[in-house]
Amino acid sequence: MTLLTGWGRTAPTPATLARPRSAAEAAALLTRAGRRGVVARGLGRSYGDAAQNAGGLVLDCTGLDSTGLDCTGLDSTQGDRTGGGPSWRLDPTGLVTASAGVSLHDLMTDLMPKGWFVPVTPGTRYVTVGGAVAADVHGKNHHVDSSFGAHVRSLRLLTADGTIHELTPDDELFWATVGGMGLTGVILEATFRCVPVETSRMVVDVERTRDLDQTLETMAETDHRYRYTVAWIDLLAGGRRMGRSVLTRGDHAAPADLPARMRRDRLAFGPRPRLAAPPWAPGGLLNRATVRAFNAAWYGKAAPAAGKRLIQGIAPFFHPLDGVAGWNRMYGSRGFVQYQFAVPFGAEDTLRRVVARLSGAGVVSFLTVLKRFGRGTPAMLSFPMPGWTLALDIPAAQSGLAGMLTELDEWVAAAGGRIYLAKDSRMSAAMMSATYPRLDEWREIRRRADPDGLFVSDLARRLRLL
Amino acid sequence: MRNVRNALGGIDTVLLLGGRSEIGLAIVERLVRDGARRVMLAARGGTAPAEDIERLERLGAEVHLADFDAARPETHVTLIEEAAAKLGDLDVVIPAFGVLGSQAVYDEDPVVAARDVAVNFGGHVSAGLAAARSLREQGHGTLIVLSSVAGVRVRRANFVYGSAKAGLDGFAQGLADSLHGSGARVVVVRPGFVIGRMTRGMTPAPMSVTVDAVADAVIDALRSRRRTVWVPARLGPVFALMRILPRAIWRRLPR
Repeated sequence: MTLLTGWGRTAPTPATLARPRSAAEAAALLTRAGRRGVVARGLGRSYGDAAQNAGGLVLDCTGLDSTGLDCTGLDSTQGDRTGGGPSWRLDPTGLVTASAGVSLHDLMTDLMPKGWFVPVTPGTRYVTVGGAVAADVHGKNHHVDSSFGAHVRSLRLLTADGTIHELTPDDELFWATVGGMGLTGVILEATFRCVPVETSRMVVDVERTRDLDQTLETMAETDHRYRYTVAWIDLLAGGRRMGRSVLTRGDHAAPADLPARMRRDRLAFGPRPRLAAPPWAPGGLLNRATVRAFNAAWYGKAAPAAGKRLIQGIAPFFHPLDGVAGWNRMYGSRGFVQYQFAVPFGAEDTLRRVVARLSGAGVVSFLTVLKRFGRGTPAMLSFPMPGWTLALDIPAAQSGLAGMLTELDEWVAAAGGRIYLAKDSRMSAAMMSATYPRLDEWREIRRRADPDGLFVSDLARRLRLL
Repeated sequence: MRNVRNALGGIDTVLLLGGRSEIGLAIVERLVRDGARRVMLAARGGTAPAEDIERLERLGAEVHLADFDAARPETHVTLIEEAAAKLGDLDVVIPAFGVLGSQAVYDEDPVVAARDVAVNFGGHVSAGLAAARSLREQGHGTLIVLSSVAGVRVRRANFVYGSAKAGLDGFAQGLADSLHGSGARVVVVRPGFVIGRMTRGMTPAPMSVTVDAVADAVIDALRSRRRTVWVPARLGPVFALMRILPRAIWRRLPR
């Protein structure tokens, strides 16, 4: 038995961990799962209990390779990485077929020199392709490009009966699997379209806003001009400055945007974490004072940097926290919770109330992020909806947290919003069924693919998904 | 490790064995106030007082009833399985049944004494082992064992009751160790004299506590990593001394 947690390091549970190398090994392991069932796990970046299965089997899919499976029609001369470990192939049109265990980090590292970029990246590169599909992840381009599932052309799914299904967006099981949190089967492989890029740099506009209203207004008016946009909110600023933000908006840079010295190696990409969090950190390290200082510095830092057409690398633009390996340990042994909700356009008042509540409660949060969502995918349990999403980290030890978040849940539900399953570690089953209107439809499709309930996770039990 | 269903200590399901127990119901009520949504009250005859059921339902819980007889150990495994089928994974199991007879009656009628010990100790052994099997399999969950200071050092004034509690306390510690690493845990609660229905008519001992105080202490323990809870807390150091008090003095203590 191995004790597993999500990225938030809360509520650990023991499971038998197995590491299949092939689809055949994964299928064989399914037959050995006991009464407590099985769930696939990638790099463990879901914050809560999505990739945990107390007392059951968890398949670590980071070594799962789908070579040997049929990849007809792909021209592997464009580049591939096979032999040992998960592999991927790229065709000349930018269509990538990747084993589920491939990380977006590896994919980016290999694709960038060839002039391709993943269609969607969340705030960390250290997620697997399987995880990106299962959580239907989104990024700073959601308002333009929707979520990861919108770019997937086909999936290979190992279902409970041990058979492999080739799914396309025409199949209902495809849309139950996208965003399905691994509960329809083991995702073995995904084929998705990448985007062509001319350089590995971003051209970025940074702007500060004085309060929440100005933040919302500016985003609504200017988002469409950029492929990637996000606002970082200083939650510790109160009063008239409540909701003051730093807006970061950007696009992939063209060679002409780069200074001459960068043009020589315009597709260079080799980020590595520069710092590592200590393996043990005192619980009180991130307290009101240190986070306030950090937030003030971050907001202040944008002042000289505020400006137009700044050149930034992929890593600092998309994945600032990946610069510190294991940053989740900084919250100490009790871990932290990430609260991310979405509310539809028109529910700006709810957004204001939530920000005011969090701000007034003096919630100690790093990097509270606000983003405007575009259209969603047809995936039944996908999180994004046209509207606004706010995401923040809160130390689990913060007193009164459970009650406050339950109160916020009620506001979010009343506004027609919902909570992101990949982040959640504490909402109630009632909140889940009240806010995901297509849950029953998903359950029905899932039941047909897995009538005996083989695939299950702590998240599925907690939210009574099955 | 916190053996809870959500990141913030939230508990969803509760099984109370001895569904009419005052302390048990006080604990359940607190858990429901904190968000527990599925409760099973298991008691003889499969009934519980209507006002208790209504109160829990008003607080938002779905209340299930089941027939449970502490004196029939052969039914305990089935009951735990029935609870898991109805509630889902068991987050908290509270065997709260027990009888407190008078030592004078036990002295007169050894059969009554043996029967009460079978409930106060034997019943907890079979119910505890049955619950532990489920908790171990599901990889999480907490068994609350209501021990007593009466079992920490057995007194002549109630040595039948006290010896059953002593057995229970030892059983609970051993069970806790056997569950170590499984994800499940045992919390041993050692209250002093509890003023409540069970002790009505008796004169409270020094450092006696209320039912509510015991329930509050159990809730605190569930949120922490503590394995042993004394109620009130100062009974811990007091009994560290009591345990080494010379026998001749211990024997002469008034109660």
